[in-house]
Amino acid sequence: MTDSQPGTGNAPLLDVIDVHKRFGKLEVLRGITMPVAHGEVVAILGPSGSGKSTLLRCINHLEKIDGGRILFEGKLVGYREVDGKLKEEREGSIARMRAQMGMVFQRFNLFPHLTALGNVMEAPVQVLGKSRDEARETAVATLTRVGLASKLHVYPAQLSGGQQQRVAIARALAMNPKLMLFDEATSALDPELVGEVLAVMRDLAAEGMTMLAVTHEMGFAREAAHRVVFMDEGVIQEEAPPAEFFGAPKTERARNFLRRVTQT
Amino acid sequence: MTFLAVDWGYIGEHLFSDIVFEGVWMTLRLTATAMFFGVVLGTAFALMRLARAWPVKAVGLAYIWFFRGTPLIVQIVFWFFALPQVWPEWAPWNGQMSPFTTGVFALAINEGAYMTEIMRAGIQSVDTGQMEAAKSLGMTYPKAMRRIILPQALRVVIPPTGNEFIALLKNSSLVSVISVSELFLVAKLQYSSSLLYFEWLIIASLWYLALTTVGSIIQAWIESRYGAGSYGSGAGGGGVARRWLGMGVRD
Ligand SMILES: Nc1ncnc2c1ncn2[C@@H]1O[C@H](COP(=O)(O)OP(=O)(O)OP(=O)(O)O)[C@@H](O)[C@H]1O
Ligand SMILES: [Mg+2]
Repeated sequence: MTDSQPGTGNAPLLDVIDVHKRFGKLEVLRGITMPVAHGEVVAILGPSGSGKSTLLRCINHLEKIDGGRILFEGKLVGYREVDGKLKEEREGSIARMRAQMGMVFQRFNLFPHLTALGNVMEAPVQVLGKSRDEARETAVATLTRVGLASKLHVYPAQLSGGQQQRVAIARALAMNPKLMLFDEATSALDPELVGEVLAVMRDLAAEGMTMLAVTHEMGFAREAAHRVVFMDEGVIQEEAPPAEFFGAPKTERARNFLRRVTQT
Repeated sequence: MTFLAVDWGYIGEHLFSDIVFEGVWMTLRLTATAMFFGVVLGTAFALMRLARAWPVKAVGLAYIWFFRGTPLIVQIVFWFFALPQVWPEWAPWNGQMSPFTTGVFALAINEGAYMTEIMRAGIQSVDTGQMEAAKSLGMTYPKAMRRIILPQALRVVIPPTGNEFIALLKNSSLVSVISVSELFLVAKLQYSSSLLYFEWLIIASLWYLALTTVGSIIQAWIESRYGAGSYGSGAGGGGVARRWLGMGVRD
Protein backbone atom coordinates (compact mmCIF):
# COMPACT_ATOMS: atom_id res chain seq x y z
CA MET A 1 0.00 0.00 0.00
CA THR A 2 2.75 2.41 -0.89
CA ASP A 3 0.44 4.65 -2.87
CA SER A 4 -1.69 5.36 0.17
CA GLN A 5 1.21 6.82 2.09
CA PRO A 6 -0.22 10.03 3.43
CA GLY A 7 0.84 13.13 1.65
CA THR A 8 2.38 11.44 -1.33
CA GLY A 9 -0.73 11.07 -3.53
CA ASN A 10 -1.13 13.64 -6.26
CA ALA A 11 -4.62 15.08 -5.79
CA PRO A 12 -6.01 15.13 -2.23
CA LEU A 13 -9.09 13.02 -1.53
CA LEU A 14 -10.72 15.95 0.18
CA ASP A 15 -9.88 19.56 -0.38
CA VAL A 16 -11.34 22.25 1.82
CA ILE A 17 -10.54 25.62 0.28
CA ASP A 18 -11.06 28.91 2.10
CA VAL A 19 -14.43 27.86 3.52
CA HIS A 20 -16.56 30.42 5.28
CA LYS A 21 -19.72 29.72 7.22
CA ARG A 22 -22.02 32.12 8.99
CA PHE A 23 -24.97 31.54 11.31
CA GLY A 24 -26.71 34.86 11.08
CA LYS A 25 -24.18 37.46 12.15
CA LEU A 26 -21.83 34.95 13.73
CA GLU A 27 -19.05 33.84 11.41
CA VAL A 28 -18.25 30.35 12.60
CA LEU A 29 -15.75 29.36 9.91
CA ARG A 30 -13.50 32.16 8.75
CA GLY A 31 -11.54 30.77 5.83
CA ILE A 32 -10.64 27.16 6.47
CA THR A 33 -8.19 25.55 4.04
CA MET A 34 -7.37 21.92 4.60
CA PRO A 35 -6.36 19.32 2.03
CA VAL A 36 -6.66 15.70 3.17
CA ALA A 37 -4.71 13.02 1.33
CA HIS A 38 -5.80 9.45 0.69
CA GLY A 39 -5.18 7.39 3.80
CA GLU A 40 -4.47 10.37 5.96
CA VAL A 41 -5.74 10.56 9.53
CA VAL A 42 -6.36 14.09 10.72
CA ALA A 43 -7.25 14.93 14.30
CA ILE A 44 -9.09 18.21 14.71
CA LEU A 45 -8.67 19.82 18.10
CA GLY A 46 -9.94 23.04 19.51
CA PRO A 47 -11.95 24.60 22.30
CA SER A 48 -15.73 24.43 22.42
CA GLY A 49 -17.43 26.65 19.86
CA SER A 50 -14.38 26.89 17.62
CA GLY A 51 -16.35 25.50 14.66
CA LYS A 52 -15.09 21.91 14.53
CA SER A 53 -18.49 20.28 14.21
CA THR A 54 -19.57 22.90 11.74
CA LEU A 55 -16.57 22.12 9.56
CA LEU A 56 -17.40 18.41 9.48
CA ARG A 57 -21.04 19.17 8.76
CA CYS A 58 -20.04 21.42 5.86
CA ILE A 59 -17.84 18.69 4.43
CA ASN A 60 -20.88 16.41 4.44
CA HIS A 61 -23.06 19.27 3.19
CA LEU A 62 -25.32 19.00 6.21
CA GLU A 63 -24.66 22.75 6.30
CA LYS A 64 -24.42 25.09 3.33
CA ILE A 65 -21.30 27.17 3.05
CA ASP A 66 -21.14 30.91 2.51
CA GLY A 67 -17.78 31.08 0.80
CA GLY A 68 -14.96 28.97 -0.57
CA ARG A 69 -15.42 25.45 -1.80
CA ILE A 70 -15.06 21.85 -0.78
CA LEU A 71 -13.86 19.26 -3.25
CA PHE A 72 -14.19 15.52 -2.75
CA GLU A 73 -12.24 13.50 -5.31
CA GLY A 74 -11.94 16.70 -7.27
CA LYS A 75 -15.72 17.26 -7.41
CA LEU A 76 -17.54 20.09 -5.68
CA VAL A 77 -19.46 19.00 -2.60
CA GLY A 78 -23.05 20.22 -2.50
CA TYR A 79 -22.74 22.68 -5.33
CA ARG A 80 -22.25 22.95 -9.04
CA GLU A 81 -20.64 25.80 -10.82
CA VAL A 82 -22.83 27.82 -13.17
CA ASP A 83 -21.19 30.82 -14.87
CA GLY A 84 -18.55 31.02 -12.18
CA LYS A 85 -21.13 30.98 -9.39
CA LEU A 86 -21.94 28.14 -7.02
CA LYS A 87 -25.49 26.84 -7.12
CA GLU A 88 -26.71 24.25 -4.69
CA GLU A 89 -26.67 20.80 -6.22
CA ARG A 90 -29.76 18.63 -6.60
CA GLU A 91 -30.66 16.47 -3.64
CA GLY A 92 -29.99 13.22 -5.45
CA SER A 93 -26.41 14.02 -6.29
CA ILE A 94 -25.72 15.46 -2.84
CA ALA A 95 -27.01 12.16 -1.45
CA ARG A 96 -24.73 10.18 -3.78
CA MET A 97 -21.74 12.12 -2.55
CA ARG A 98 -22.73 11.69 1.10
CA ALA A 99 -23.03 7.96 0.52
CA GLN A 100 -19.28 7.87 -0.04
CA MET A 101 -18.46 9.56 3.27
CA GLY A 102 -19.24 8.01 6.60
CA MET A 103 -20.20 10.18 9.53
CA VAL A 104 -20.16 9.26 13.20
CA PHE A 105 -21.97 11.55 15.60
CA GLN A 106 -21.33 12.38 19.20
CA ARG A 107 -24.81 11.19 20.11
CA PHE A 108 -24.70 8.06 17.92
CA ASN A 109 -28.02 8.76 16.21
CA LEU A 110 -28.77 5.09 15.72
CA PHE A 111 -32.19 4.27 14.34
CA PRO A 112 -34.06 3.12 17.45
CA HIS A 113 -36.73 1.23 15.54
CA LEU A 114 -34.19 -1.07 13.89
CA THR A 115 -31.95 -3.73 15.40
CA ALA A 116 -28.17 -3.41 15.23
CA LEU A 117 -28.22 -5.47 12.06
CA GLY A 118 -31.14 -3.46 10.69
CA ASN A 119 -29.26 -0.23 11.33
CA VAL A 120 -26.25 -1.46 9.40
CA MET A 121 -28.27 -2.99 6.55
CA GLU A 122 -30.59 -0.05 5.99
CA ALA A 123 -28.45 2.19 3.80
CA PRO A 124 -26.78 -0.54 1.70
CA VAL A 125 -30.26 -1.79 0.80
CA GLN A 126 -32.02 1.56 0.48
CA VAL A 127 -29.22 3.63 -1.00
CA LEU A 128 -26.88 1.22 -2.79
CA GLY A 129 -29.70 -1.08 -3.88
CA LYS A 130 -28.02 -4.19 -2.55
CA SER A 131 -30.12 -7.31 -2.02
CA ARG A 132 -31.05 -8.02 1.58
CA ASP A 133 -28.92 -11.15 1.58
CA GLU A 134 -25.86 -9.36 0.34
CA ALA A 135 -26.41 -6.48 2.75
CA ARG A 136 -26.89 -8.87 5.63
CA GLU A 137 -23.63 -10.59 4.84
CA THR A 138 -21.71 -7.31 4.81
CA ALA A 139 -23.51 -6.10 7.92
CA VAL A 140 -22.68 -9.24 9.89
CA ALA A 141 -19.05 -8.97 8.82
CA THR A 142 -18.90 -5.29 9.73
CA LEU A 143 -20.54 -5.76 13.11
CA THR A 144 -18.16 -8.63 13.79
CA ARG A 145 -15.27 -6.36 12.94
CA VAL A 146 -16.34 -3.88 15.63
CA GLY A 147 -16.78 -6.72 18.10
CA LEU A 148 -20.56 -6.95 18.12
CA ALA A 149 -21.21 -10.32 16.49
CA SER A 150 -23.31 -11.30 19.49
CA LYS A 151 -25.55 -8.24 19.33
CA LEU A 152 -26.96 -8.52 15.80
CA HIS A 153 -30.62 -8.69 16.78
CA VAL A 154 -30.56 -6.28 19.67
CA TYR A 155 -32.22 -2.87 19.54
CA PRO A 156 -30.11 0.23 20.30
CA ALA A 157 -31.96 0.91 23.55
CA GLN A 158 -30.57 -2.33 24.95
CA LEU A 159 -26.95 -1.54 24.09
CA SER A 160 -24.40 0.36 26.15
CA GLY A 161 -23.15 3.69 24.82
CA GLY A 162 -19.92 2.16 23.63
CA GLN A 163 -21.76 -0.60 21.84
CA GLN A 164 -24.14 1.89 20.26
CA GLN A 165 -21.27 3.96 18.96
CA ARG A 166 -19.62 0.86 17.51
CA VAL A 167 -22.87 0.01 15.73
CA ALA A 168 -22.88 3.55 14.39
CA ILE A 169 -19.34 3.10 13.10
CA ALA A 170 -20.32 -0.22 11.52
CA ARG A 171 -23.34 1.45 9.95
CA ALA A 172 -21.07 3.99 8.29
CA LEU A 173 -18.46 1.40 7.28
CA ALA A 174 -21.05 -0.84 5.64
CA MET A 175 -21.38 1.80 2.93
CA ASN A 176 -17.72 1.25 2.10
CA PRO A 177 -16.90 4.96 2.46
CA LYS A 178 -13.77 6.61 1.14
CA LEU A 179 -13.65 9.02 4.04
CA MET A 180 -14.82 8.80 7.62
CA LEU A 181 -15.83 11.84 9.65
CA PHE A 182 -15.93 11.49 13.42
CA ASP A 183 -17.47 14.26 15.49
CA GLU A 184 -16.41 13.68 19.08
CA ALA A 185 -17.30 10.03 18.79
CA THR A 186 -16.36 9.34 22.41
CA SER A 187 -17.51 12.51 24.18
CA ALA A 188 -20.91 11.18 25.17
CA LEU A 189 -19.50 7.97 26.63
CA ASP A 190 -18.78 6.98 30.19
CA PRO A 191 -15.01 6.99 30.72
CA GLU A 192 -14.79 3.21 30.93
CA LEU A 193 -16.45 2.85 27.52
CA VAL A 194 -14.22 5.28 25.62
CA GLY A 195 -11.48 2.72 25.09
CA GLU A 196 -13.54 0.23 23.11
CA VAL A 197 -14.60 2.89 20.60
CA LEU A 198 -11.12 4.36 20.32
CA ALA A 199 -9.78 0.87 19.66
CA VAL A 200 -12.09 0.54 16.67
CA MET A 201 -11.00 3.96 15.42
CA ARG A 202 -7.32 3.08 15.82
CA ASP A 203 -7.85 -0.15 13.88
CA LEU A 204 -9.50 1.78 11.10
CA ALA A 205 -6.67 4.27 11.01
CA ALA A 206 -4.13 1.45 10.92
CA GLU A 207 -5.96 -0.14 8.00
CA GLY A 208 -5.47 3.00 5.96
CA MET A 209 -8.92 4.59 6.17
CA THR A 210 -8.92 8.30 5.48
CA MET A 211 -10.23 9.88 8.64
CA LEU A 212 -11.14 13.29 9.94
CA ALA A 213 -11.68 13.05 13.66
CA VAL A 214 -12.79 15.87 15.91
CA THR A 215 -11.70 14.64 19.29
CA HIS A 216 -10.84 15.54 22.84
CA GLU A 217 -8.81 12.35 23.21
CA MET A 218 -5.25 13.59 23.12
CA GLY A 219 -3.92 10.03 23.24
CA PHE A 220 -5.73 9.18 20.05
CA ALA A 221 -4.55 12.36 18.33
CA ARG A 222 -0.97 11.75 19.43
CA GLU A 223 -0.77 8.09 18.46
CA ALA A 224 -3.21 7.51 15.59
CA ALA A 225 -3.19 10.78 13.68
CA HIS A 226 -0.75 11.80 10.99
CA ARG A 227 -1.58 15.41 11.46
CA VAL A 228 -3.17 17.57 14.11
CA VAL A 229 -5.25 20.56 13.11
CA PHE A 230 -5.87 23.02 15.90
CA MET A 231 -8.85 25.33 15.40
CA ASP A 232 -9.98 28.33 17.35
CA GLU A 233 -12.55 31.01 16.54
CA GLY A 234 -13.22 29.55 13.12
CA VAL A 235 -9.62 29.62 11.98
CA ILE A 236 -6.95 26.94 11.78
CA GLN A 237 -4.43 28.35 14.22
CA GLU A 238 -1.83 25.70 13.81
CA GLU A 239 -1.31 22.37 12.13
CA ALA A 240 1.54 19.94 12.52
CA PRO A 241 2.39 16.27 12.96
CA PRO A 242 1.31 15.20 16.45
CA ALA A 243 4.83 14.90 17.85
CA GLU A 244 5.55 18.45 16.84
CA PHE A 245 2.18 19.83 17.92
CA PHE A 246 2.23 18.25 21.34
CA GLY A 247 5.98 18.66 21.80
CA ALA A 248 6.37 22.25 20.74
CA PRO A 249 3.11 24.06 20.05
CA LYS A 250 3.84 27.29 18.21
CA THR A 251 0.90 29.46 19.14
CA GLU A 252 -0.08 30.83 22.51
CA ARG A 253 -3.66 29.62 21.97
CA ALA A 254 -2.52 26.05 21.39
CA ARG A 255 -0.34 26.14 24.48
CA ASN A 256 -3.24 27.41 26.55
CA PHE A 257 -5.54 24.80 25.09
CA LEU A 258 -3.10 21.97 25.78
CA ARG A 259 -2.51 23.19 29.30
CA ARG A 260 -6.25 23.11 29.95
CA VAL A 261 -6.94 19.68 28.47
CA THR A 262 -3.98 18.00 30.10
CA GLN A 263 -4.99 19.37 33.48
CA THR A 264 -8.27 17.47 33.52
CA MET B 1 -93.73 -5.34 27.50
CA THR B 2 -93.37 -1.70 28.27
CA PHE B 3 -91.13 0.22 30.58
CA LEU B 4 -91.01 4.01 30.43
CA ALA B 5 -93.51 3.57 27.62
CA VAL B 6 -90.69 2.22 25.50
CA ASP B 7 -91.29 -0.75 23.27
CA TRP B 8 -88.27 -2.90 24.16
CA GLY B 9 -89.51 -5.80 22.11
CA TYR B 10 -89.54 -3.59 19.04
CA ILE B 11 -85.91 -2.67 19.67
CA GLY B 12 -84.95 -6.32 19.95
CA GLU B 13 -86.74 -7.15 16.72
CA HIS B 14 -85.08 -4.40 14.73
CA LEU B 15 -81.60 -4.26 16.24
CA PHE B 16 -80.34 -6.92 13.85
CA SER B 17 -82.59 -6.23 10.89
CA ASP B 18 -81.22 -5.97 7.35
CA ILE B 19 -81.73 -2.22 7.02
CA VAL B 20 -79.86 -1.63 10.23
CA PHE B 21 -77.01 -3.86 9.10
CA GLU B 22 -76.84 -1.95 5.84
CA GLY B 23 -76.65 1.30 7.76
CA VAL B 24 -73.89 -0.03 10.01
CA TRP B 25 -71.97 -1.30 7.02
CA MET B 26 -72.30 2.07 5.28
CA THR B 27 -71.07 3.88 8.40
CA LEU B 28 -68.06 1.59 8.57
CA ARG B 29 -67.23 2.04 4.89
CA LEU B 30 -67.58 5.80 5.14
CA THR B 31 -65.42 6.00 8.23
CA ALA B 32 -62.70 3.64 7.04
CA THR B 33 -62.40 5.21 3.60
CA ALA B 34 -62.47 8.78 4.90
CA MET B 35 -59.95 7.91 7.60
CA PHE B 36 -57.60 6.35 5.05
CA PHE B 37 -57.63 9.42 2.84
CA GLY B 38 -57.57 11.66 5.89
CA VAL B 39 -54.29 10.08 6.97
CA VAL B 40 -52.86 10.40 3.45
CA LEU B 41 -53.91 14.05 3.25
CA GLY B 42 -52.68 14.68 6.78
CA THR B 43 -49.24 13.29 5.98
CA ALA B 44 -48.97 15.28 2.79
CA PHE B 45 -50.04 18.55 4.39
CA ALA B 46 -47.88 17.94 7.46
CA LEU B 47 -44.86 17.68 5.17
CA MET B 48 -45.97 20.91 3.53
CA ARG B 49 -46.28 22.61 6.89
CA LEU B 50 -42.75 21.52 7.72
CA ALA B 51 -41.35 22.58 4.35
CA ARG B 52 -38.77 25.33 4.18
CA ALA B 53 -40.40 27.32 1.38
CA TRP B 54 -42.95 29.68 2.87
CA PRO B 55 -45.57 29.44 0.08
CA VAL B 56 -45.70 25.68 0.62
CA LYS B 57 -45.94 26.21 4.35
CA ALA B 58 -48.72 28.74 3.81
CA VAL B 59 -50.79 26.25 1.80
CA GLY B 60 -50.54 23.77 4.65
CA LEU B 61 -51.52 26.38 7.17
CA ALA B 62 -54.44 27.68 5.09
CA TYR B 63 -55.80 24.16 4.73
CA ILE B 64 -55.90 23.59 8.46
CA TRP B 65 -57.21 27.05 9.17
CA PHE B 66 -60.12 26.65 6.79
CA PHE B 67 -61.20 23.09 7.39
CA ARG B 68 -60.79 23.11 11.13
CA GLY B 69 -62.36 26.52 11.41
CA THR B 70 -65.69 25.80 9.72
CA PRO B 71 -68.34 23.28 10.82
CA LEU B 72 -68.16 19.87 9.20
CA ILE B 73 -71.86 19.99 8.34
CA VAL B 74 -71.33 23.24 6.45
CA GLN B 75 -68.53 21.63 4.48
CA ILE B 76 -70.66 18.61 3.62
CA VAL B 77 -73.54 20.73 2.36
CA PHE B 78 -71.08 22.94 0.52
CA TRP B 79 -69.50 20.12 -1.48
CA PHE B 80 -72.79 18.48 -2.33
CA PHE B 81 -75.25 21.33 -2.88
CA ALA B 82 -73.44 24.65 -3.06
CA LEU B 83 -70.39 24.04 -5.21
CA PRO B 84 -72.19 22.18 -8.06
CA GLN B 85 -74.63 25.06 -8.28
CA VAL B 86 -71.99 27.65 -9.07
CA TRP B 87 -69.57 25.33 -10.83
CA PRO B 88 -71.40 22.40 -12.43
CA GLU B 89 -68.24 20.83 -13.88
CA TRP B 90 -66.29 20.78 -10.65
CA ALA B 91 -66.51 17.04 -10.39
CA PRO B 92 -64.35 15.91 -13.28
CA TRP B 93 -66.43 12.80 -13.88
CA ASN B 94 -69.65 14.03 -15.53
CA GLY B 95 -70.28 16.81 -13.10
CA GLN B 96 -71.94 14.59 -10.56
CA MET B 97 -70.60 12.93 -7.48
CA SER B 98 -72.70 10.37 -5.67
CA PRO B 99 -73.74 11.17 -2.11
CA PHE B 100 -71.37 8.47 -0.87
CA THR B 101 -68.38 9.81 -2.81
CA THR B 102 -69.14 13.35 -1.71
CA GLY B 103 -69.56 12.15 1.85
CA VAL B 104 -66.20 10.42 1.85
CA PHE B 105 -64.65 13.44 0.16
CA ALA B 106 -66.04 15.89 2.73
CA LEU B 107 -65.14 13.72 5.72
CA ALA B 108 -61.64 12.96 4.40
CA ILE B 109 -60.77 16.58 3.72
CA ASN B 110 -62.01 17.60 7.13
CA GLU B 111 -60.24 14.72 8.82
CA GLY B 112 -57.07 15.52 6.89
CA ALA B 113 -56.91 18.91 8.58
CA TYR B 114 -56.89 17.30 12.01
CA MET B 115 -54.49 14.57 10.91
CA THR B 116 -52.12 17.24 9.57
CA GLU B 117 -51.52 18.55 13.06
CA ILE B 118 -51.18 15.06 14.47
CA MET B 119 -48.67 14.02 11.81
CA ARG B 120 -46.75 17.25 12.19
CA ALA B 121 -46.41 16.75 15.92
CA GLY B 122 -45.36 13.16 15.30
CA ILE B 123 -42.69 14.08 12.78
CA GLN B 124 -41.41 16.86 15.00
CA SER B 125 -41.17 14.48 17.93
CA VAL B 126 -38.38 12.60 16.15
CA ASP B 127 -34.90 13.81 17.07
CA THR B 128 -33.32 15.92 14.31
CA GLY B 129 -30.22 13.74 14.56
CA GLN B 130 -32.21 10.97 12.90
CA MET B 131 -32.67 12.91 9.68
CA GLU B 132 -29.01 13.90 9.72
CA ALA B 133 -27.85 10.34 10.26
CA ALA B 134 -30.09 9.17 7.43
CA LYS B 135 -28.80 11.89 5.13
CA SER B 136 -25.19 11.21 6.05
CA LEU B 137 -25.76 7.64 4.84
CA GLY B 138 -26.85 8.95 1.47
CA MET B 139 -30.61 8.82 1.86
CA THR B 140 -32.68 11.45 0.12
CA TYR B 141 -35.31 13.37 2.08
CA PRO B 142 -38.26 11.26 0.90
CA LYS B 143 -36.44 8.03 1.62
CA ALA B 144 -35.31 9.20 5.05
CA MET B 145 -38.87 10.32 5.80
CA ARG B 146 -40.39 7.02 4.80
CA ARG B 147 -37.81 4.67 6.27
CA ILE B 148 -36.51 6.52 9.31
CA ILE B 149 -38.70 9.42 10.43
CA LEU B 150 -42.28 8.27 9.83
CA PRO B 151 -41.86 4.87 11.50
CA GLN B 152 -40.66 6.66 14.62
CA ALA B 153 -43.37 9.31 14.34
CA LEU B 154 -45.95 6.49 14.44
CA ARG B 155 -45.44 6.05 18.15
CA VAL B 156 -46.64 9.56 18.79
CA VAL B 157 -49.20 9.53 15.99
CA ILE B 158 -51.06 6.32 16.80
CA PRO B 159 -52.90 7.29 20.02
CA PRO B 160 -54.48 10.53 18.75
CA THR B 161 -55.22 8.86 15.41
CA GLY B 162 -57.24 6.25 17.25
CA ASN B 163 -59.20 9.03 18.89
CA GLU B 164 -59.78 10.61 15.50
CA PHE B 165 -61.10 7.34 14.14
CA ILE B 166 -63.60 7.06 16.95
CA ALA B 167 -64.68 10.67 16.51
CA LEU B 168 -65.07 10.07 12.80
CA LEU B 169 -67.29 7.05 13.40
CA LYS B 170 -69.72 9.40 15.12
CA ASN B 171 -69.21 12.40 12.84
CA SER B 172 -69.97 10.28 9.80
CA SER B 173 -73.62 10.56 10.84
CA LEU B 174 -73.53 14.13 9.55
CA VAL B 175 -73.48 12.98 5.94
CA SER B 176 -77.10 11.94 6.47
CA VAL B 177 -77.85 15.50 5.37
CA ILE B 178 -76.81 14.60 1.85
CA SER B 179 -78.83 11.37 2.01
CA VAL B 180 -76.09 8.83 2.44
CA SER B 181 -77.97 5.99 4.09
CA GLU B 182 -75.64 5.36 6.94
CA LEU B 183 -76.71 4.26 10.38
CA PHE B 184 -78.22 7.52 11.56
CA LEU B 185 -80.17 8.17 8.37
CA VAL B 186 -81.62 4.67 8.54
CA ALA B 187 -82.80 5.34 12.09
CA LYS B 188 -84.10 8.75 11.14
CA LEU B 189 -86.17 7.44 8.23
CA GLN B 190 -87.57 4.76 10.51
CA TYR B 191 -88.54 7.05 13.37
CA SER B 192 -90.04 9.52 10.94
CA SER B 193 -92.47 6.95 9.62
CA SER B 194 -93.03 4.92 12.79
CA LEU B 195 -92.75 7.85 15.19
CA LEU B 196 -90.82 5.54 17.53
CA TYR B 197 -88.08 8.09 18.13
CA PHE B 198 -86.78 6.63 21.34
CA GLU B 199 -86.61 3.09 20.03
CA TRP B 200 -84.72 4.01 16.88
CA LEU B 201 -82.28 6.24 18.68
CA ILE B 202 -81.58 3.38 21.07
CA ILE B 203 -80.97 1.05 18.13
CA ALA B 204 -78.60 3.51 16.46
CA SER B 205 -76.83 4.33 19.71
CA LEU B 206 -76.30 0.69 20.61
CA TRP B 207 -74.58 0.19 17.28
CA TYR B 208 -72.48 3.32 17.60
CA LEU B 209 -71.45 2.15 21.06
CA ALA B 210 -70.60 -1.27 19.72
CA LEU B 211 -68.47 0.23 16.94
CA THR B 212 -66.65 2.71 19.16
CA THR B 213 -66.03 0.02 21.78
CA VAL B 214 -64.49 -2.32 19.22
CA GLY B 215 -62.54 0.66 17.88
CA SER B 216 -61.17 1.44 21.35
CA ILE B 217 -60.13 -2.16 21.89
CA ILE B 218 -58.30 -2.25 18.57
CA GLN B 219 -56.69 1.08 19.42
CA ALA B 220 -55.46 -0.23 22.76
CA TRP B 221 -54.05 -3.31 21.08
CA ILE B 222 -52.21 -1.31 18.42
CA GLU B 223 -50.84 1.06 21.05
CA SER B 224 -49.51 -1.78 23.14
CA ARG B 225 -47.80 -3.17 20.06
CA TYR B 226 -46.40 -0.05 18.44
CA GLY B 227 -46.80 2.59 21.08
CA ALA B 228 -44.28 4.21 23.39
CA GLY B 229 -41.41 2.04 24.48
CA SER B 230 -42.18 -0.74 22.06
CA TYR B 231 -38.80 -0.93 20.32
CA GLY B 232 -36.94 -3.95 21.39
CA SER B 233 -39.72 -5.22 23.62
CA GLY B 234 -40.06 -8.17 21.34
CA ALA B 235 -42.75 -6.82 19.02
CA GLY B 236 -42.25 -9.23 16.18
CA GLY B 237 -44.19 -10.11 13.06
CA GLY B 238 -45.41 -7.02 11.35
CA GLY B 239 -48.07 -6.11 8.84
CA VAL B 240 -47.72 -4.58 5.43
CA ALA B 241 -47.50 -1.03 6.77
CA ARG B 242 -44.85 -1.98 9.26
CA ARG B 243 -42.79 -3.80 6.67
CA TRP B 244 -43.16 -1.01 4.15
CA LEU B 245 -42.01 1.51 6.70
CA GLY B 246 -39.11 -0.71 7.68
CA MET B 247 -40.20 -1.16 11.27
CA GLY B 248 -38.77 -4.13 13.01
CA VAL B 249 -38.14 -5.85 9.70
CA ARG B 250 -36.52 -9.10 10.62
CA ASP B 251 -33.00 -9.18 9.37
N1 LIG C 1 -27.33 25.68 13.63
C1 LIG C 1 -26.70 26.69 14.27
N2 LIG C 1 -27.27 27.89 14.37
C2 LIG C 1 -26.63 28.92 14.99
N3 LIG C 1 -25.43 28.83 15.54
C3 LIG C 1 -24.80 27.65 15.48
C4 LIG C 1 -25.40 26.51 14.84
N4 LIG C 1 -24.54 25.48 14.93
C5 LIG C 1 -23.46 25.95 15.59
N5 LIG C 1 -23.60 27.24 15.92
C6 LIG C 1 -22.61 28.07 16.61
O1 LIG C 1 -21.41 28.00 15.89
C7 LIG C 1 -20.30 27.97 16.75
C8 LIG C 1 -19.45 26.78 16.44
O2 LIG C 1 -20.17 25.62 16.74
P1 LIG C 1 -19.57 24.16 16.56
O3 LIG C 1 -20.63 23.22 16.99
O4 LIG C 1 -19.05 24.00 15.19
O5 LIG C 1 -18.38 24.18 17.60
P2 LIG C 1 -17.46 23.00 18.08
O6 LIG C 1 -16.08 23.41 17.81
O7 LIG C 1 -17.93 21.71 17.47
O8 LIG C 1 -17.72 22.98 19.63
P3 LIG C 1 -17.87 21.77 20.65
O9 LIG C 1 -16.49 21.34 21.01
O10 LIG C 1 -18.61 22.36 21.79
O11 LIG C 1 -18.65 20.69 19.95
C9 LIG C 1 -20.86 27.98 18.16
O12 LIG C 1 -20.78 29.30 18.64
C10 LIG C 1 -22.29 27.56 17.99
O13 LIG C 1 -23.10 28.15 18.95
MG1 LIG D 1 -18.88 19.98 18.21
